[in-house]
Amino acid sequence: MSVLLIAEHNNKEVKPFTLNAITAASQIDQDLHVLLIGSKADDVAKSLSEVPLVKKVLHIDHEIYENYIAENYTAAILKHADKYSHIICSANTFGKNLMPRVAALLDISQVSDIIKVISPDTFLRPIYAGNAFATVKSNDEKKCVTIRPTSFEAAETTGGSAEIEKIDAADQTENTKFINREEIKSDRPELGTARIVISGGRGLQSGENFKLITDVADKLNAAIGASRAAVDAGYITNEHQVGQTGKVVVPDLYIAVGISGAIQHLAGMKESKVIVAINKDGEAPIFSVADYGLEADLFEALPQFLEELNKLNTIQK
Amino acid sequence: MKILVAVKRVIDYNVQIRVKEDGSGVVTDNVKMSTNPPDDNAIEEAVKIKEAGKASEIIAITVGEEKAQETVRKALAVGADRGIHVKVDNILEPLAVSKILKKIVEKENPDLVFMGKQAIDDDCNQTGQMLAAHLNWPQATFASKIEVKENSLEVTREVDEGLETIEVNTPAIVTCDLRLNEPRYASLPNIMKAKKKPIEQINASDLGVDTNPRIEHIKIEEPPKRKAGIKVASVEELVQKLKNEAKVI
Repeated sequence: MSVLLIAEHNNKEVKPFTLNAITAASQIDQDLHVLLIGSKADDVAKSLSEVPLVKKVLHIDHEIYENYIAENYTAAILKHADKYSHIICSANTFGKNLMPRVAALLDISQVSDIIKVISPDTFLRPIYAGNAFATVKSNDEKKCVTIRPTSFEAAETTGGSAEIEKIDAADQTENTKFINREEIKSDRPELGTARIVISGGRGLQSGENFKLITDVADKLNAAIGASRAAVDAGYITNEHQVGQTGKVVVPDLYIAVGISGAIQHLAGMKESKVIVAINKDGEAPIFSVADYGLEADLFEALPQFLEELNKLNTIQK
Repeated sequence: MKILVAVKRVIDYNVQIRVKEDGSGVVTDNVKMSTNPPDDNAIEEAVKIKEAGKASEIIAITVGEEKAQETVRKALAVGADRGIHVKVDNILEPLAVSKILKKIVEKENPDLVFMGKQAIDDDCNQTGQMLAAHLNWPQATFASKIEVKENSLEVTREVDEGLETIEVNTPAIVTCDLRLNEPRYASLPNIMKAKKKPIEQINASDLGVDTNPRIEHIKIEEPPKRKAGIKVASVEELVQKLKNEAKVI
């Protein structure tokens, strides 16, 4: 049997994490079909068909799918679920919202947020904010799995030519209405996929002081992250939060500034390749995961950091 | 309007987890336990809605072993009116918990069910959505703002791109995010009063729900440790190390 991956998109483009999920799904079974549920999303169908790992694109095109509503997506997925051994999507707010609804109606115990495919029924997943890894085997006949995107490489996007099959829409729910979405537009790289992330915590003391972070981010072409404490304090908006209940990031370089390193924050960044911590409290737990720790007052260190970066002839972007 | 709030007892969020040497799980003996943090937000929101005169009764429910009752008692101390404790001996998967909650919803007929968006032990993030599916109710997950209207809720949700607002007709399920509100502490008089509030005990086995595990835990292990790093003496040294040693800038 084939595996079915649910694509996340905005009717114009595939969202990047879908490409990571495609890689994971193809490790479960190479006969990978992608289900695209959208409205006037032909461009998305085309780009998915060009992903070499994708064997077939199922495209449902209907205006009721202009905005993503889990209830409507679920009904569409259920219409086609019986032909597949696995139903898969990314474990971000899209997939977390959607997959349990699908799983429950198929009477499947979902395997959430896997970081490794061991075999088609056995997976590795973090629990307790990544402080333990569980090897789990699903004994359900059919499986619902969500993928931690940062644990898998993004699939190649060119060279494929999968068939696109148009299929029918399902019924629309009357009980949920989309009202609006406030997307914060930014020229910076996305937090989830950036090569460098610089994050600020409570140590920044105010939203205005985040400018010290953004100045360095501009120089390094980095994404901006934040600890829960900084978001709770209103210094910065929620989509910047890194941690157990925020985003999980795995950049080449993670710079934590004025972040003490609570367990739940470490859960979101400790797999980063190189970690830098700048904190004036030498005992802060963040230093236990840092490759390079600098015990210093961030209000002095950040401007100096920018100055030193300015002295470099070249900076990798 | 009646609100059912589901709460879970988990290892306290400040505790450093230790994995058992035999790979069977994590150490829970003599470890501080508390209410799953976003479940506290769920209770708080229900209490606020009741205080605003828009709800008549709040029922707190937990599914768990004997001691899980402490979480219900805590909910009673901050404003829930009565409690339900569904007793189970082993740890249940979210699918089984959602089936148990469905039975309770059918009995109690609440207009809203609130719970945290995710439990910080298994990090599954499933139960609310699964319950919504079983009941064929709308779901509003990761809520950071709830506005109660007549026969509906307007819910702002924290999503990857920012904030999304949806309107769901009641009855509905809402899973709560940490920024929904600031959970209050229980006052001593309210803790005393909570001791007199009723908690109904139900055996899960009496509900006629299949709670058999579908997922086998083959091994629980410690994640790979990061090798110890170094402290640098100056910003200059830091930048040199990043450039020449780590080669990341």
